[in-house]
Amino acid sequence: MAMLHTVNKSPFERRALDSALRHAVKGAGILLIEDGVYAAFDGTVVSAKVKAALTDHKIYVLGPDVNARGMTEKNVIDGLEVVDYGGFVDLVTEYDKVQAWL
Amino acid sequence: MAEPEPWEDDEPQGPVRKFMYVNRRAPYGTIYALESLEVVLIAAAFEQDVTLVFMDDGVYQIKKEQNTDAIGVKNFSPTYRALEGYDVEKLYVEKESLESRGLTTDDLIVPVQVIDKDQVAELMEEQEVILSF
Repeated sequence: MAMLHTVNKSPFERRALDSALRHAVKGAGILLIEDGVYAAFDGTVVSAKVKAALTDHKIYVLGPDVNARGMTEKNVIDGLEVVDYGGFVDLVTEYDKVQAWL
Repeated sequence: MAEPEPWEDDEPQGPVRKFMYVNRRAPYGTIYALESLEVVLIAAAFEQDVTLVFMDDGVYQIKKEQNTDAIGVKNFSPTYRALEGYDVEKLYVEKESLESRGLTTDDLIVPVQVIDKDQVAELMEEQEVILSF
């Protein structure tokens, strides 16, 4: 299968998500964790970019990190999948490889 | 009139300076937000003139309804509500930062004044000490 790219930096502060999206081939998965989850919320200046990326990628976001930051599934852009820690592990096993964009 | 307690004695008060704390980081990915809060409380204990500004990702520090149960980190956001008790009441949020993140003051855990970037700049000019986190 394809590669899973994890992104843990805020898209408002760092370019990790941009770099990941630029290098992720069609079919690759993107998993937003830690401060990377700020890219998952609707109504921000980066949400259009994330929605556009859904054409070529499955995008996941880690629920515990969403809740810690005062957000819920309702704030998450439609089409993104919220996963828990067990789901994180499942993704790591489902994809061939994992690349962490720090 | 009661006698002053020993700890209320005539110890001279130092000068009061205008301190501004500029909070620009999200709350849990790094330690900056928590460290800033600790230092704000120290300045407040010394009865300094304290102003807080939340801008860039710092606006996320005061997002309502943070629930850190599942990440194993203490939720320190209720502490911002205690600042009033330390006479820290000058809390400002930069309008542009709030809007670019799709947030409004209804999303925030404490009452704040929303000011634009030019007003933030003016406020900075008025300070004697600016600490950035």
